[in-house]
Amino acid sequence: MDFTLRKEHEMARALFKEFAEKEVKPLAQEVDETEVFPRGTVEKMAKNGFLGIPVPKEYGGQGCDPLTYVMCVEELSKVCGTTGVIVSAHTSLCCDPIMTFGTEEQKQKYLVLLAKGEKLGAFGLTEPGAGTDAQGQQTKAVLDGNEYVINGSKIFITNGKEADVYVIFAVTGMIEKRGRMMKEISAFIVEKGMPGFSFGTKEKKMGIRGSSTYELIFTDCRVPQENMLGKPGQGFKIAMHTLDGGRIGIAAQALGIAEGALDRTIAYTKERKQFGKSIAAQQNTQFQLADMATKVQAAQLLVYKAAMAKANQKEYGFEAAQAKLYAAETAMEVTTKAVQLHGGYGYTREYDVERMMRDAKITEIYEGTSEVQKMVISAALLK
Amino acid sequence: MKVVVCIKQVPDTKGGVKFNPDGTLDRAAMMTIMNPDDKAGLEAALRLKDQYGAEVTVLTMGLPKAEDVLREAMAMGADKGVLVTDRVLGGADTWATSQTLAGALRNMEYDLIITGRQAIDGDTAQVGPQISEHLDIPVISYAQNLKIEGDSVIVERQFDDRYHVLKAKMPCLITALAELNEPRYMTPGGIFDACKAEITVWGRADLKDVEDSNLGLKGSPTQIAKASDKVRKGAGEKVNLDPAESVDYIVGKLKEKHVI
Repeated sequence: MDFTLRKEHEMARALFKEFAEKEVKPLAQEVDETEVFPRGTVEKMAKNGFLGIPVPKEYGGQGCDPLTYVMCVEELSKVCGTTGVIVSAHTSLCCDPIMTFGTEEQKQKYLVLLAKGEKLGAFGLTEPGAGTDAQGQQTKAVLDGNEYVINGSKIFITNGKEADVYVIFAVTGMIEKRGRMMKEISAFIVEKGMPGFSFGTKEKKMGIRGSSTYELIFTDCRVPQENMLGKPGQGFKIAMHTLDGGRIGIAAQALGIAEGALDRTIAYTKERKQFGKSIAAQQNTQFQLADMATKVQAAQLLVYKAAMAKANQKEYGFEAAQAKLYAAETAMEVTTKAVQLHGGYGYTREYDVERMMRDAKITEIYEGTSEVQKMVISAALLK
Repeated sequence: MKVVVCIKQVPDTKGGVKFNPDGTLDRAAMMTIMNPDDKAGLEAALRLKDQYGAEVTVLTMGLPKAEDVLREAMAMGADKGVLVTDRVLGGADTWATSQTLAGALRNMEYDLIITGRQAIDGDTAQVGPQISEHLDIPVISYAQNLKIEGDSVIVERQFDDRYHVLKAKMPCLITALAELNEPRYMTPGGIFDACKAEITVWGRADLKDVEDSNLGLKGSPTQIAKASDKVRKGAGEKVNLDPAESVDYIVGKLKEKHVI
């Protein structure tokens, strides 16, 4: 077993780090403060191939592996959690299901533009009454001629109003399963501008405030039949498979936020003087930093292991759940300690750790709460 | 159109400077980057590739680990990389370096050779013009802008408070300034391709029409007596005097130290 990175991963990390420091970090505070989507940064990322990292070259992507993609989200999130999740939602939740379940026509029509970054992607599963209970979907799609007519709404959609292509889930009928009537859920590719598709309110969030989180509203929205992703009734499977991959992206975001907070805290504790010496010279600080760094390292190993599992295994839900659970909890713990070690300054918006602590919280909630990750992990242990 | 860009792996000044006992830089022990002027030269070549479909080859002389800077250039979009490495080439000054690179370039096809104006480690700005002398081709140094017109290149050459517009028939050599452009980033896919790509490695035997006496430390007219990192000076002395008194004070101090 060898923990050294290959040359290409070292180079990719250096690239993402340089880009994050030069292009993303200077805007992070402003993006948070103004809650404005960083469109300019997204355009720069598109130009440099960051929006199609794990997509094969024949579909306009970069032809790299999931580990490279994970490193990109990690390095971006070290300086800006908003930018990290924009890439994660686009890549894991929109490019990936089209790449995995799309027809050749769908890939040519949508994936190529998404991977090149000419279009931005989003994913709509959550509804007001269907969060962790994804089966509680109310949005319906009814076939009318050669079009599906979608009615309903989706909430908390990342890249909401800024995206161009959406993978949407809707109930297409009822089926009997083990003697019970269950909803048949199907997936669709919906484009911005399709008749009957509009946006509701923008969420005012605690963290990742620059990411565009909107409600999507479908009122007799007509979607061509050929835009169904996968087969009728395959929607739940597609959603769960997609979220397995998405969790690795969010785990990478959480990891990056934790690393960013740790880096800033190390620098701050060396500079900050109290009682005539730097607070880094106090054993309490040293022990806190040691705990934070050890957990960050453990989180990184789990996240990278999950990325490797996605590259090499058919099923990787277990590894993804462990990575997300641990990285998200580490992000919350490390950012909280980072604020504590910054003292009163850490509680002000002058310092990045304040933003990072707010950004960290969502990683324990979206794309499956920490509790859902524990359900996934324990189910695999006890099956 | 074929463009060869000479690039150099230089110490990253952020990582600290280390020396060999003979006073030359201990390159193996330092963090490295692509020399900034060379990177601008590479970007200029890549724009010629984007615009005219030029084939871009990057050439470097250095330790085997200088291969990294070639892969970085290829991840930015260069088509081929050539590394000239051999123990006998070590310790080269600008004369021996330009002889080595010219020896390599005689084996290569080119319409345009681009080098950086100068490297941040030596700061001589000599290697580019010397290569052009060895190859007997025109040189335009300090390029802040360039374009191609037929079989010629038109260059804006920076000059004090103005610039000169010069036209040269290709093949020719241009030395680029970091101000020439904003170099592009590598792309993730470019990195993966560059890591798989074959790099041409040449040794002494592959250099064409170069005498041994012009190579390496032995072939270098420049001998380094001593090299050192920046030495921190003391805090100095501060005085608060009016201008007339200050002049007297400074003159007095200089006389006291027998400077004047």
